[in-house]
Amino acid sequence: MATMLKEVDAVCIGVGFTGSILARELTKAGLKVVGLERGPNRTSRDDFALPNVRDDLKYAVRQELFQDTQTETVTLRHSTPETALPIRRLGSFLPGTGVGGAGAHWNGVTWRLLESDHNLRTHLESRYGKTAVAAEMTIADFPQSYTDLEPYYDRFEKLCGISGKAGNLRGQKIEGGNVFEGPRQNEYPNKPLALTLAGSLMQKAARDLGYHAFPAPAANMSAAYTNPEGLTLGACEYCGHCERFGCEANAKSSPQSTILPVLLQDKNFELRTYAYVKELVYDKQAKKVKAVRYVDTRSGEEFEQPAQLVLLGAYVFNNVLLMRTAGIGEQYDPATGKGTIGKNYCYQVSGNAVTVFFEDKEVNPFMAAGAHGMNIDDFNGDNFDHAGLGFFGGAWISCGSSNGRPILTRPVPAGTPRWGREWKKATAKWYNHAVNIGASGCNYAHRENYLDLDPTYKDALGRPLVRMTYNFRDNDKKMALYIAGVLDKLATAMKPTIQGKASSRTGDYNVVPYQSTHNTGGTMTGTDPQSSVVNRYCQAWGADNLFVMGASLFPQNASYNPTGLVGALAYYAAEAITTKYVKNPGPLVPA
Amino acid sequence: MADDTNPRDQIPRRQFLKGAGAAGTAVAAVMTPVAVTQAEAQSARPAAGPAQHAPETWLTLNATEAEFVKAAVDTIIPADELSPSGSDCGVASFIDHQLAGAYGSGARLYRQGPFPKAKAELGYQLELNPREFFRAGITAANEFTRKTYGKDFDRLSESDRIAALKTMDEGKAAFPGFSSAMFFNALLQITMEGFFADPMYGGNRDMAAWKMVGYPGLPATYRDEIKTYFNKKYDKPPRSIADFS
Repeated sequence: MATMLKEVDAVCIGVGFTGSILARELTKAGLKVVGLERGPNRTSRDDFALPNVRDDLKYAVRQELFQDTQTETVTLRHSTPETALPIRRLGSFLPGTGVGGAGAHWNGVTWRLLESDHNLRTHLESRYGKTAVAAEMTIADFPQSYTDLEPYYDRFEKLCGISGKAGNLRGQKIEGGNVFEGPRQNEYPNKPLALTLAGSLMQKAARDLGYHAFPAPAANMSAAYTNPEGLTLGACEYCGHCERFGCEANAKSSPQSTILPVLLQDKNFELRTYAYVKELVYDKQAKKVKAVRYVDTRSGEEFEQPAQLVLLGAYVFNNVLLMRTAGIGEQYDPATGKGTIGKNYCYQVSGNAVTVFFEDKEVNPFMAAGAHGMNIDDFNGDNFDHAGLGFFGGAWISCGSSNGRPILTRPVPAGTPRWGREWKKATAKWYNHAVNIGASGCNYAHRENYLDLDPTYKDALGRPLVRMTYNFRDNDKKMALYIAGVLDKLATAMKPTIQGKASSRTGDYNVVPYQSTHNTGGTMTGTDPQSSVVNRYCQAWGADNLFVMGASLFPQNASYNPTGLVGALAYYAAEAITTKYVKNPGPLVPA
Repeated sequence: MADDTNPRDQIPRRQFLKGAGAAGTAVAAVMTPVAVTQAEAQSARPAAGPAQHAPETWLTLNATEAEFVKAAVDTIIPADELSPSGSDCGVASFIDHQLAGAYGSGARLYRQGPFPKAKAELGYQLELNPREFFRAGITAANEFTRKTYGKDFDRLSESDRIAALKTMDEGKAAFPGFSSAMFFNALLQITMEGFFADPMYGGNRDMAAWKMVGYPGLPATYRDEIKTYFNKKYDKPPRSIADFS
């Protein structure tokens, strides 16, 4: 039997970026909040210290900071008739665990979605006609418009000290920034990162082709920065160890560097680590989650923590698992289109890239920050005319590198053997002379891509694993092929010594090579309980005291990395909770 | 040939062990003085002596497996003007240590069954942990070369070793249970890990791999250098975790 604990005002499931933001906002409003984190505590001082924080094998290859698949993983099948099998070793995506979550070991690319990404279905239907969007493409508008979220994007950028350059300041377009972005009220809080050789090559190529180059918005500090919480982040050393690593200099925005030192001092907050939430205790009649049950993984002992408010800030898969097993909302069924839990699972269309080699240029790829890149958005979202193209969506295209760590990053020209004398020669010759141009493509929802529970495989707590039914679809492949053409043009314009051919997205989804940790959907936000799991304030339709955080809210995935939007939605929901819900607990939107 | 210049290989260890094995109960007695001699030799050497003269010891690989791994990493990373051979860089020892440790025994590997045959896109789906997988793979590789060339892999000429690995790489060597390509990919991956990882893991001795490509290692603080070395070769010698510990 679980030991019953004393009720608290709010319990936070997961202490990553969203849990930290919610806990901070709620404790400031006077609420007592308990944060339940399944993993250990991690601090910059003890866990991200030099010299061992630069251990490529430990962190990048042996996956020190990520979720342990021995405890929990997901299963995959490409289509419903197949039997799903577990992803036994992480590869394609790398969910975090421990305090800070994936926010401790991300690269730091921090976007706002395009205005047309926010109202995607309405936008496409009004531009291309009511019947233009195929029936199997189950895309939807976010209930929050770009304008609704602008102030909250701004708050998250200020929390993180994002380095970048505005391209649209209150409607005025600014060359050198992203002229396709929605209007911003404020410039980025930090100037852009240092210009690299790759960046300068991209600027020139883009100019020659009539595209609009701009520095990628980065949670890597171009200069020391003090955020509104009063915490100072150090200047980035361009060490090339962001993604998969913690930052010894607090120069990358993370829960550790931007919020936790303040939150952990607050008497209204209590952090419980090794607290692995097993289930939500749901009262269907009352439409409330009364408590959460968790296991102390140090002892195996179970606890039941009652709370007035439950904030679900686990990763996408756990958000789905916990709601699904509690019976909050109906499981999505692709055959009927009914049900909402697990619906519109999306990912990212990556693997679109070309490497160019310059005999006479020294690239120094190891001098880099995680989000370092010179980008173009000319072929992103609906920034270009899709009439007659046979697909919707696009990609952000970036030139540069996040690292030159040689276990995983050793580009050689196409046709080079993978080992032996010729491999050695080519690796030694080209390591410092290679420039990568890559694309990150949107992934629009498809009727047959979804999440549910696996009938066979279990996690360490005995719960079913989340089952992913997922593959890349025609829209993704056509879009990627088109983007590959753009990459080839950019590569040619750079006049390299050796130019490969841009790769595209072909074949079935493969879980082995890393692609991105941008899993989205499954508890989507929307305007009614028939088609979504939570309302515009991220409040569950089926339980008014349950607020859901993270990319599981997305109806589909734009090309952009999700963290900027995840942060904005967290602040948006926090404000609704503290200004509306606490005063008058109940549904914030009538069902 | 690298083998001719490596003093370690002048007493073919495997042959010696095989001889000892044939003598049955004499193994333990024969082993002990060898170990003492090696320990004495080590203590007599100056501490700063070249690392490649350290005695060759194995945590988990048996002698046949060790010979296979040495020959394989030397074929994947042959000695030339760019670097010493894979085994002289410590890569075989690295692989032994990795397979003897948490990785080898299946850390971060979901190991619940069932284990049906699966398409490659679903990743690793075998019941074996990496240590067991390498054991089975090495056995299959030696069976393949014995059938094709009449000898264990490590006894082949360099050109036959290259040809044998190529056949495995292409998935064309008949392995029981799993494809030779799957084994070769795992072997290639762990070889590259050993060659390019921080030298504290036993491979990349003297930072040979980092020197080969021009990777400077630590501390990797380039706030000023990212400007001063714009389109300029970074000319500082590499340093590793040990240099800052």
